[in-house]
Amino acid sequence: MIEIRNVYKSFGPLEVLKGVNLSVEKGEVVSVIGGSGSGKSTLLTCINGLEPINSGTILVDGVEVHAKTTDLNLLRRKIGIVFQQFNAFPHLTVLENVTLAPRKVLGMSKAAAEEIAVKQLTHVGLADKLSVYPGRLSGGQQQRMAIARALAMSPAYVLFDEVTSALDPQLVGEVLDTLKLLANEGMTMICVTHEMSFARDVSDRVAFFHKGVLAEIAPPDQFFSAPQHPETREFLSNIR
Amino acid sequence: MFNYTFQWRQALQKLPLLLDGALVTLQIALMSMAMGIVFAVILAVARNSRSTLVSAPATAWVEVSRNTPALFQIYMAHFGLGSFGIHLSPYIALLAGITFNNAGYLAETFRGALRAIPGTQLRAARSLGMPSLQAFRLVIMPQMFRIAFLPTTNQMVWAILMTSLGVTVGMNSDLAGVTQDINVRSFRTFEIFAIAAVIYYLIAKAVTLGARLMAARLFRY
Repeated sequence: MIEIRNVYKSFGPLEVLKGVNLSVEKGEVVSVIGGSGSGKSTLLTCINGLEPINSGTILVDGVEVHAKTTDLNLLRRKIGIVFQQFNAFPHLTVLENVTLAPRKVLGMSKAAAEEIAVKQLTHVGLADKLSVYPGRLSGGQQQRMAIARALAMSPAYVLFDEVTSALDPQLVGEVLDTLKLLANEGMTMICVTHEMSFARDVSDRVAFFHKGVLAEIAPPDQFFSAPQHPETREFLSNIR
Repeated sequence: MFNYTFQWRQALQKLPLLLDGALVTLQIALMSMAMGIVFAVILAVARNSRSTLVSAPATAWVEVSRNTPALFQIYMAHFGLGSFGIHLSPYIALLAGITFNNAGYLAETFRGALRAIPGTQLRAARSLGMPSLQAFRLVIMPQMFRIAFLPTTNQMVWAILMTSLGVTVGMNSDLAGVTQDINVRSFRTFEIFAIAAVIYYLIAKAVTLGARLMAARLFRY
């Protein structure tokens, strides 16, 4: 379970998170939507401790992420994150990209890591690209590889940070299909997204981020048909 | 016309001696590069440190090595340190001087290469649970070396040529030292130095060629 309690976060004078509260249960899929610069992506990088926070607490399975005593490297093993910009390691093949962390972080043998990697890469439809370097892949393929790379660590949670925003429109579908597949398998996911149909079809709850706070959070039916907060209504009417 | 008779045959008889010297030259250049690269990686990272205590000495090293003559650096390693009672042999002094110089130049090359790697690469690696040193070693450094590869090759050629400065501290076993020795005994100055120059040229060319082959094997992405 991920519990975000009253989290504040600033970059210099710019206050990005202003008291965020959110709990995500095991097996739940939460989509986070909201305007650019509303702090959605920052929240994700705070959850895995890439970014420090100013106040509040974030607990992952009861472990306080930003406590000084917390071993972040250990904690990050169970929090996968997939970025907008893929962040494929260009000097490694697709297979090596996916086996790197299981081998070097988890200390798996090459054979064991490759078995897992091949399984995950097959899962995302890249079984025929194992020995290819990322530079030869399309954006959608690179992003699916990045998903497989996160999953190869068998994380308990996966955070998706606008994973389709840097993709050509015709490649968005293949990545969203992969996400749907994961959601249906019961993976716990927080998806920052601009894909409303994805948020509607796949999520258990949809959260609306506005000016550094979660203005509204509700199951998708209710969220899209009867939004309570005026800002949510405004946002939804603008994107329709 | 110049009243000088070329004596190539006599000079060429010294070729085995010159080739022995070339081997020493190559040895010093290779060792100074290997150590220079290690120091340069440390310097490049240290210069980016937020702590002045770490970055200032690194900056000083880079500044001095790049903005003073290599000859002085080698001189300092031999005679300069000698003044303080630290006596380095010509061989060690030459090696230390060139290593110092290599490290300074390569540190800047590596620092530039590090800047060329998107910060998101490190974030991605850390997100997978890698400690910072491991992330640097496995994800950042290989990319850094690729970007810095050609400038590093240049430095290797420069290191080979710099070894010739060893004669100023009494180095007599490298190519320049051997050449000088033969010269003062035979006075076939033009021939001996011409042959030595050709050997320097060939070593430098071989290094460049070797580096190109290595790059083709190493960097397949």
